[in-house]
Amino acid sequence: MHEATIAQSILEAISAEAKKQKARPIAAKISCGVLSGINNETLKFAFEALSKDTVCENLKLNIKQKPIKAKCKKCDAIFAFDLHESKCPKCRHDDFELLPDAPLLLEEITFEDK
Amino acid sequence: MRKVKVRKKILIANEEYASKNRSFLKERKIPCLNVISSPGSGKTTLLAKTIEALKGKVSIGVIEGDIQTDIDAKRIRKAGAPAVQINTDGACHLSAAQISNAFHKLPIDRLDLIFVENVGNLVCPSTFDLGETDKIAVLSVPEGDDKPAKYPMIFARAAVVLINKIDILAATDFNVKKVKADISKLNKNTKIFLVSAKTGVGMKQWCDWLENLADNKRKKILKKTRPRQ
Repeated sequence: MHEATIAQSILEAISAEAKKQKARPIAAKISCGVLSGINNETLKFAFEALSKDTVCENLKLNIKQKPIKAKCKKCDAIFAFDLHESKCPKCRHDDFELLPDAPLLLEEITFEDK
Repeated sequence: MRKVKVRKKILIANEEYASKNRSFLKERKIPCLNVISSPGSGKTTLLAKTIEALKGKVSIGVIEGDIQTDIDAKRIRKAGAPAVQINTDGACHLSAAQISNAFHKLPIDRLDLIFVENVGNLVCPSTFDLGETDKIAVLSVPEGDDKPAKYPMIFARAAVVLINKIDILAATDFNVKKVKADISKLNKNTKIFLVSAKTGVGMKQWCDWLENLADNKRKKILKKTRPRQ
């Protein structure tokens, strides 16, 4: 639902970098935590609509959802948290701490050769 | 083709405001609870009844988030607490910057506790950090017992889940045991209160928890302001 706001922020960040690099961006890698509630298709759609007639038009957005990590309170193991199997994969203990979700990051931009 | 590593945080503006809010609250030792639920779960009634029950014990201020109208802020003021209404004009969540502004419209120095009643929505508000002390999820019985499984984001992050409208439990298929198990699967430490804001059932336990939260903050202040020997 808020993907348009996020797409606008991504567009601004890529455009700023493009200005710095004096080149046309053709692809960008985004990563976010699964709990950030971002839908890949919606974000791509919003980005496509907003980037029309900008330096980012036709840019290929590659979005990677990172699993949420949890830390077992018994054995300290850090593991990818699975909603359907919420036990430590190492010691089977069921008390754990959810670690902060991965932030929404603009990881990398691919620019066209000058 | 040339690749440039950027590693730039996208929602940095919101994060900056959220951490500003966090230090603002920490300095003043005021806990702030971000209340998140679907529309119609009874958040405002619950807050109004909580304010009435804690009158004279805990001084509460409320930040109300709605897409339109100030109906909720009026209801809160009628219950006896100062309230600031934020209208998001269509946005599905409150942002940390809006909360930052609202803090300055509340009589902060007189408050022991702040509630933020977020826009009725189980999805987006759970993504946007407001700098709150804790998130509180409200789930009402008529919504059904599958919500924690369907909307795990908020239930995994909430310190407290209030199961509201428990008075109509008998008329529904809502399975309290299943909900409790689903929530506990996401977070074993979540406190769950079964309440009915309308009849008052379970409200004492919830209000005791709040009183304790506000008290602990106050005790910390006393400790700090006591002159050194």
